[in-house]
Amino acid sequence: MKQSHKTESIDAAGKGKGQNAGTGGEQNPGTGREQNPGTQGKKQRASGKTMKRLISYVVKEYKLSLLVVLAAIILSSVANVGGTLFLKKLIDGYILPMIGQTEQDYSPLLKALSIMALIYFGGIVSTYVYSRIMIYVAQGSLKKVRNDMFAHMESLPIGFFDSHAHGNIMSLYTNDTDTLRQMISQSMPQLAASVITIVSIAISMLILNIPLTLVEVLMMVLIVYLTKYIGGKSGKYFMLQQKDLGSVNGYIEEMMEGQKVVKVFCHEKEAKNKFDELNDGLFESADSANKYANALMPVLGNLGYVNYVLVAILGALLAISGISGFTLGGIAAFLQLARSLNGTVMQISGQLNAVIMAFAGAERIFRFLDEKPETDEGYVTLVNVREDEDGGIEEVKERTGVWAWRHPHADGTVTYKKVCGDVAFDDVDFGYTEEKMVLHNVKMFAKPSQKIAFVGSTGAGKTTITNLINRFYDIQDGKIRYDGININKIKKDDLRRSLGIVLQDTHLFTGTIADNIRYGKLEATREEVIAAAKLANADLFIRHLPEGYDTMISGDGANLSQGQRQLLAIARAAIFNPPVLILDEATSSIDTRTEAIVQEGMDKLMEGRTVFVIAHRLSTVRNSDVIMVMENGRIIERGDHEELIGKKGKYYQLYTGAFELA
Amino acid sequence: MIKRMMAYIGEFRKDTILTPVFVVLEVMMDILIPFLMSKIIDNGVGRGDMKYVYTVGALMIGASLLGLLFGVLSGKTAARASTGFARNLRRGMYHNIQDFSFSNIDKYSTAGLITRLTTDVTNVQNAFQMIIRMFVRAPIMIVSAMFMCFYINAKLALVFLGAIIFLGIILYLIMIGVHPFFKQLFRKYDDLNASVQENLTGIRVVKAYVREDHEIEKFHKASETVYDYAIKAEKILVFNAPVMQFTMYVCILLLSWLGAKLIVSGSMTTGELMSLFTYISALLISLMIMSMVFVMVVMAKSSAERITEVLGEKSDLANSGNPVFTVKDGSIEFDHVDFSYSKNENNLNLKNINLTIHSGETIGIIGGTGSAKTTFVQLIPRLYDVTKGSVRVGGTDVRDYDIETLRNQVSMVLQKNVLFSGTIKENLRWGNPEATDEELITACRQAQAAEFIEKFPNGYDSYIEQGGTNVSGGQKQRLCIARALLKKPKILILDDSTSAVDTRTDALIRKAFKEAIPDTTKLIIAQRISSVEEADRIIVLDDGEINGFGTHQELLETNDIYREVYESQMKGDDNDEAIA
Repeated sequence: MKQSHKTESIDAAGKGKGQNAGTGGEQNPGTGREQNPGTQGKKQRASGKTMKRLISYVVKEYKLSLLVVLAAIILSSVANVGGTLFLKKLIDGYILPMIGQTEQDYSPLLKALSIMALIYFGGIVSTYVYSRIMIYVAQGSLKKVRNDMFAHMESLPIGFFDSHAHGNIMSLYTNDTDTLRQMISQSMPQLAASVITIVSIAISMLILNIPLTLVEVLMMVLIVYLTKYIGGKSGKYFMLQQKDLGSVNGYIEEMMEGQKVVKVFCHEKEAKNKFDELNDGLFESADSANKYANALMPVLGNLGYVNYVLVAILGALLAISGISGFTLGGIAAFLQLARSLNGTVMQISGQLNAVIMAFAGAERIFRFLDEKPETDEGYVTLVNVREDEDGGIEEVKERTGVWAWRHPHADGTVTYKKVCGDVAFDDVDFGYTEEKMVLHNVKMFAKPSQKIAFVGSTGAGKTTITNLINRFYDIQDGKIRYDGININKIKKDDLRRSLGIVLQDTHLFTGTIADNIRYGKLEATREEVIAAAKLANADLFIRHLPEGYDTMISGDGANLSQGQRQLLAIARAAIFNPPVLILDEATSSIDTRTEAIVQEGMDKLMEGRTVFVIAHRLSTVRNSDVIMVMENGRIIERGDHEELIGKKGKYYQLYTGAFELA
Repeated sequence: MIKRMMAYIGEFRKDTILTPVFVVLEVMMDILIPFLMSKIIDNGVGRGDMKYVYTVGALMIGASLLGLLFGVLSGKTAARASTGFARNLRRGMYHNIQDFSFSNIDKYSTAGLITRLTTDVTNVQNAFQMIIRMFVRAPIMIVSAMFMCFYINAKLALVFLGAIIFLGIILYLIMIGVHPFFKQLFRKYDDLNASVQENLTGIRVVKAYVREDHEIEKFHKASETVYDYAIKAEKILVFNAPVMQFTMYVCILLLSWLGAKLIVSGSMTTGELMSLFTYISALLISLMIMSMVFVMVVMAKSSAERITEVLGEKSDLANSGNPVFTVKDGSIEFDHVDFSYSKNENNLNLKNINLTIHSGETIGIIGGTGSAKTTFVQLIPRLYDVTKGSVRVGGTDVRDYDIETLRNQVSMVLQKNVLFSGTIKENLRWGNPEATDEELITACRQAQAAEFIEKFPNGYDSYIEQGGTNVSGGQKQRLCIARALLKKPKILILDDSTSAVDTRTDALIRKAFKEAIPDTTKLIIAQRISSVEEADRIIVLDDGEINGFGTHQELLETNDIYREVYESQMKGDDNDEAIA
């Protein structure tokens, strides 16, 4: 599921897909879900560009291999055509002369056949060579596409994930990459071979007989036209099919996710009806797409036969009338060539749908790869340092546990500043979209090792503040300073490395429990992992698991309870050991009794760190140094618990609200 | 498995049968045509008989047009049969899933079900189409081409027979060799996709811990494994084309040699030799296609297995033979109830639960993580069946009710609740499709949702995104409560449904319940003592057992767990009470 805090307010986003036209949300690129490919105009031009890019994507990596492949394809095709031409020679040059002779000399034939055998052998070897090389080209390109997509995905800003359906991104790796596989490993070599075959057939035809070749060209024009018509039809319906498949997928995804709600509300009938409707739509478009695709082969094949007859009749007329010295073997060879040509055209048409689908896939993949990654102009970095007695700081390579900001200046000097966890907001304005500001004029500062709490009703902007500190989003106006440095100057990775976050929705990764805790510090030893688990009070339940710390977690930790997952997330933050800690509803799913036990560990964890806490449970925030009460994106009250209670303002209301009705 | 799948061909049986019929007719034309061709060459062109060329040429054109017609027709029926079959499979699976019980749902992951309904069905659809088109076409082609060859020249036909057997054996060996690699490859694909999925949902964690490079490295490893297996599989598969070429070329050379001798000796014509060349290529291509279809079928086999698994999954909750259609009142009784998710008596999730709740009571439920609070309430609307003992609602065992009747009277707000894409109104009407706008507003007022809904620019017509991602957690919970209220149930269960709602709103919701639906039995699971302390009675659950059951005061005096929880939440309260 998506993060809940990405939209603290419905006004910020959400109308992007709304049915109510004219809300203004539709023009907003940030909120709209990804459009289905192929619905836009200018497709023609785009696909030309996509093809070029796709080809260059493959060619760039494998220049040498592809040259060898091309050479092998040429050899293989030439051997194939050469074999066909040989038939003319066979009949005219070897068989017919022997008829009626008393002393038959088979040795010329034997010699010719031996030469042919050699040529064929060359063809077979070339076929094997290019197919074999193409495996590496195709699979290697696919690997590269996947790796590029993944690396790019990791670099995208959080906002991207907010506004794109996960199912849609997933299908880039599955459906769209699959279409490329067919295209690269089958369509590309086959098309190359086909082009070469067609050229060599055309040349051979011209050598054999020019008038017949003209007939052939006319037929080809007709066939190309028909292919274009039928292929166009099936292409159109294939696009439609992909679109319908998308809506069926989307509906299934949504209903499966909410299947238990469907059960509780006895909503099965409605769910079935809506599905049937979409499913029937998919059936219709798939039926039409396949119908046209299936028709292509028989139409072309049989037109080929008609062509054959025409050539035969014309050829016979030519041979009988003796014009242009056409022979029986000549006709046979020409007919054979006509047949090969027809077969080649059929092969191309067979690849047509694959190519259409691959373009759609490649277009989506390239569009994804063109998404703007997170930008980072930061140059202040986080380094390990050693302090000497008189407070001087020296940068060192090894892990000392003491961190400092390395700040290079324009004049070439470098200064170091110890990381303390001093955070200040100066008149910060922020909105997830330009039109709708979520935070207004936020001013606040946190001293090192202070505990700052944010309270306020949902949608007040509490989570948003924490999302700004680690630069998940960039602010529109104002400044955020971290240890006195504008956070825009700090390298994002280093900034985040100095902040530990425990989120309300815990996400775990496939691997063992120990691996998941170690996520906070990859080189942590077993002892460190156990110590962190103990601190978070997770040790006890982990030991009760069948394999203890080596229990495998799969499917985002579906086999653990919400509370247990949160304990793991806390342990993960503990081992990360950052100077600043952000706890966003970190304990909301832990029952209060367990929380009391965790609290002890949490207190230890918070010691000496700047901590930002967001919680609904006021008991969790009560002992904070400063409590910020937020409403509608503004801080309306601040102070410690006693002060705020004394004020009898919003905090007092929130805090005592639980009791006033009792 | 095959039998079960076949049942889903349903109304497309006609198309399924017609396809091979058309294919047979088409193939017959395909075979007739080369025969006619050889006649044109030998009797027409060879003898200079133009009349003969015209007649047979016309015949041949007629045959091609018929072939075209049958080809298009078979393509049409094949498309209809296969896509229709796919439609029925999706429909069958989806409908069956709708009838799943909770424990059936627990067995499958959402992603797994989606794959079955989409990718797996597509695989089966393609394989099915190939089977009805090619599995008929190729063997007929082979047999009739063989027949024609024997008819033309039996001795030369033996060459073909040898070639076919040779190619057949090699193709079979290739397939056998490649299958295990493909199987492994698919498994590795799943891992790769899982890793993408994981990164999509956990992207904030990845970024917060600056683990992008770590994840990329992990992904590269997975993608390298996929690459390795793909290479291993394709390395074997790549022999297909050269072996095919080899067989073909050997045949051509042998034919040329032997054919030449036969022609010279006068026992065969050049036209016959030409058609033999045609037949041999048709033959070998058919064999090739068959091996391809075979590979496809083998690949689709695992998809088919996964589909039949869903199709065959029987809901383990069934309506009783003579169901009760009215729920008398909102009383609940647990009578010596044991429950285990795994249906294992030694691994009970609930142990010996005995209690009676009167109609109209408000019951709070408190307990630690994993104490089986959710499990306990899920037995009431019969989302799961008890392992031992019985649960009675309105004096009747829940298993005796019509399930829909029971669930309409026992409304439950789930812990992990979901809104669906659509307007707020549409979402609310899940509770009651006939609800008037006034009823909607009333329910929203009670759930304290009216205020924020009315602030939305489009009010009750505001669009909710899939999964309700454009409303906050607290807003979502309140909408879900309103939706449940619209059912006007006799029993209302809130499973930690106000955890994201602030204390004041929480209190207002409870106040509204008290005033607006006093006769409804209310069960409230909560973490906060303040949410349950004014309930009529409170159940304290601990490790699947009832640890205490009584009023707030009673429990404070007698129940250690309750007191501990209370104190942990109220610590330092002296101070507040002084002010309040």
